[in-house]
Amino acid sequence: MSRVKQRPGALAVHLLLIPVCALTLYPVLWVIGLALTPHSAHLSAGLWPLPAHASLIHVRELLSSRNSSGELIFIRQLINSLVVATATTAVGVTLSVTAAFALSRFSFPGRQLGMSTLLATQMFPATMMSVPLYAILNRLHLLDSLAGLTIVYATTAIPFCVWMLKGYFDTIPRELEEAALVDGATQGQIFLRVVLPLARPALAVTALFSFMTAWNEFVLAATFIDDQTRFTLPVALQRLVGEYQTEWGQFAAGALLVSAPVMLVFFALQKHLVGGLTAGGVKG
Amino acid sequence: MRAAALLALLASLVAGSSAPVAAEPLADTRARVLVWHAYRAAEEQALLELIARFNASQSTYRAEALALPYDAYASKLTAAIPTGHGPDLFVFSQERMAVWARDELLAPLDEDAIESGREFPQAALAALRSGGHLYGLPLSMKCDALYYNRALIQTPPTTSDELEALAIRNTDRAAGRYGLAYEANDFFHHAAWLHGYGGQIFAEPTHRPQLDSSQAIAALAFVRHLALEDRALPEEPSGTLVAQLFNAGKAAMVINGPWFAGEVQGVSYGIAPLPIVSATGLPAAPLLTVEAALVSSRSPVQAGAKALARFLVSTEGAALRARVGRQVVATRSAYTFPDIGNDPLLTAFRAASEKAVPMDNSPAMLSVWEPEKRALVSVLSGANSPTAALAQAQRRMLAMTRISPPVQSPWPYAAIAAMISIAWLAWRRRLSLKRVTARVSTRRGELMRAILYCAPAASSILVLVLVPFAIGIGLSFFHRADGHYTFVGLANFIDILASRDYRVSEPMSFWFTLAVTLLWTVVNVAFHVSIGLGLALLLKNPLLRFKGVYRVLLVIPWAIPNYITALVWKGMFHRQFGAISALLSALHIQPVSWFTGFSTAFAANVMTNTWLGFPFMMVVALGALQSIPQDLYEAADVDGASAWAQFRHITLPLLKPALLPAIILGAVWTFNMFNIVYLVSGGEPGGSTDILVSEAYRWAFQRNEQFGFAAAYSTLIFLFLLGWSAISRRIAREQPLENA
Repeated sequence: MSRVKQRPGALAVHLLLIPVCALTLYPVLWVIGLALTPHSAHLSAGLWPLPAHASLIHVRELLSSRNSSGELIFIRQLINSLVVATATTAVGVTLSVTAAFALSRFSFPGRQLGMSTLLATQMFPATMMSVPLYAILNRLHLLDSLAGLTIVYATTAIPFCVWMLKGYFDTIPRELEEAALVDGATQGQIFLRVVLPLARPALAVTALFSFMTAWNEFVLAATFIDDQTRFTLPVALQRLVGEYQTEWGQFAAGALLVSAPVMLVFFALQKHLVGGLTAGGVKG
Repeated sequence: MRAAALLALLASLVAGSSAPVAAEPLADTRARVLVWHAYRAAEEQALLELIARFNASQSTYRAEALALPYDAYASKLTAAIPTGHGPDLFVFSQERMAVWARDELLAPLDEDAIESGREFPQAALAALRSGGHLYGLPLSMKCDALYYNRALIQTPPTTSDELEALAIRNTDRAAGRYGLAYEANDFFHHAAWLHGYGGQIFAEPTHRPQLDSSQAIAALAFVRHLALEDRALPEEPSGTLVAQLFNAGKAAMVINGPWFAGEVQGVSYGIAPLPIVSATGLPAAPLLTVEAALVSSRSPVQAGAKALARFLVSTEGAALRARVGRQVVATRSAYTFPDIGNDPLLTAFRAASEKAVPMDNSPAMLSVWEPEKRALVSVLSGANSPTAALAQAQRRMLAMTRISPPVQSPWPYAAIAAMISIAWLAWRRRLSLKRVTARVSTRRGELMRAILYCAPAASSILVLVLVPFAIGIGLSFFHRADGHYTFVGLANFIDILASRDYRVSEPMSFWFTLAVTLLWTVVNVAFHVSIGLGLALLLKNPLLRFKGVYRVLLVIPWAIPNYITALVWKGMFHRQFGAISALLSALHIQPVSWFTGFSTAFAANVMTNTWLGFPFMMVVALGALQSIPQDLYEAADVDGASAWAQFRHITLPLLKPALLPAIILGAVWTFNMFNIVYLVSGGEPGGSTDILVSEAYRWAFQRNEQFGFAAAYSTLIFLFLLGWSAISRRIAREQPLENA
């Protein structure tokens, strides 16, 4: 019955989604246009963003740029970014998921205060934090290192991740855990085997968020990292913005290359995002 | 198992790549001289070649270059040099020289001063002096000259009247052609006209900036005439637009610096000095920035750094920088080489630099740029007369150079703070004692587990967030002037809250900015949530085809670095060349000048930020929707509930626990979302679309580094958000009751 009802509905949904996607992608076409236009004289003006004569010269220049020791620097920086973003995701989600579970399931003094503090950390403008952070990282001997950057990013991501995961944990019925407890499972087993699988959509969201936190950040990275071989990609791109002039073509090409892995990560995560596991889990 | 292996691999990668650069095969015992620069392309190549030559000639020192993004360069130097992590030698213009000299970050180079007098132009050396000391050796000189397209202009203008006539003759707005194109709204380029009309930025003998002199008004009126009466200038000109027009043969003349030559392609051009202003007979003397090699006062190898600096400005060094880096070098002897002495670009700009006025290197200059920019934009958009705009600029400039509040003793404040914290702790303790005793000992194990679960996250937050945060709050009680902090109690807060320098209704007052920030937050969050949730609801339909494709397409705005997308949006809002104007014209609607009115500029910011922000909410909502059991809908279907009723009574209430955190945090982030406002409207018109955090940023980094005042702004932002969250949580807590 529902099948029959869906058909005309689905068409309407497509008719709604297609213009929304077009609107969403239009500015992206301008970025693509910038990346494909070999020289500023040929930049298009008007409505159609793509150049008449496209060229991949910006992409080629970016990919083939070498540092003073002859290393292909873009690949190196891509690896830096991947390492930092993946490590941030691993560290950030691990730290958050345990804290969120405790905040959702245990009652202990300071729980409310903890939640409020997490929220409060997001309220002080980040621009004012970079100078004191620099001094702290200096004390910890974590300046100019990807490990230091990872720890800073993971910490930045924790408040959102904890709030998001705690909110989701709260919606998971405790009956399941109680049933597992009756079956003789330990708290640790309950956490790993019962709660985490059920929280997959929220885990996917927080993982994506942590990844993005690290992936696109450049202000702190530019402040804490000195050596070009340890730059992350956004810092490398920022190098194209000069005092007097900017390599917009290369910047746009780089921005598109930077966004590709994010889309891959999202594509990989989205089946967890909409896994629909809870529906089955809770029914019983 | 697999996850553990992956983690171990990651850990080793992070550890490995964070280790110091691997030792070179042959241990180099020479002392390292670290050089920082923000050069790119040819200039970088020239510097690297010179460093290689220096190293080949040296037995005591070995130089190593580090290239940094220009955006982060100044703040990084400020942070790094005092902690001993900075460079030994670095390349920078004279812009912040007096500030750094005052903060004792620079080593004086006085022993080079006498010899330098012969080798370098006086203007270049004057730019690098502060307090009687010479702080840098001049590398290259950058100032404006007139580029002209030889196909359109046979002889370049020598007077401003000729320039104007040529500009009018070569303008055909219908064909998109302009007689003159330059970044007229940038004070660096405008300063030449100010000097040509006999004006100066600094009034003597007080040596304070005076922005509203009669000469300044005359100069601004001249440019206004070119732009609005003659209509010979393109509107809202950016560097990219100027290059685009000149290269397409659509700009006959361009005012720009030597770097512009690198962007010109396919146009036969000449370079002439800027003309003489007909009204005064004075040359339009451009501002001169001098890029110099500066030595850090904290460097352990100052002798090596100085040796390298001398090598860079030597005849050999300068010649290579001129040939490879295309720099207008300051070293006179380099021009004795015929290929350099006869180079048309280098000689034209060298001649221009001889007439140029060196940019003042004192801290007061740093508070001139922003008011001047605002004045130029408002006059060139037709919103303001030169007189009114410059009077406004003068007021703004005075407000930015704050007079130091009286010094106070910190002890009374410390005592009050201690008393408040003791009282608070006692109160908390009583509360928690009550709670804990009520639950007694069965909770002991749970408490231990909670500590175990929370400790890693809590400790990293304590060290990396709460400590800098406490430092930030502490700073807000200090005033930073002349590089020293003095305790001023609540003076910063009082100045801000009492809106000391502005009427409450003016865009620069705290209260006006707060109102704009609130509006900004509410509008953005409303759009983010409604669009994000709407799309998530459409995309969760399991029978919908291609939903994976839709989801990935719709997440793209989040994936692309927003620095470039924000600027692409700004380009689309361009009054003359933007895509939105093209669309409006195609629909026979008069294009809008987006950044001249508050509501349109605000709308432009909101549109950009909505585009950037809805994918995040969509992703969160997609995840949150999964927490709603599907059978509830099935039951509702059976009961014959309408789609709207299902949304209202099932989706919304059940979505709340998972979506609310994202909304609350989203609101906090939007409140502090500074780069979109900064990049798209830039606060235009007149600073009215600035939000609180962009004000804090400007105070910290663009208005003479008044960190104390910026910290006070940040603390107020924090307190405001804290109050707001307390209220919103109360609402959040009450609502479930109402729904039940």
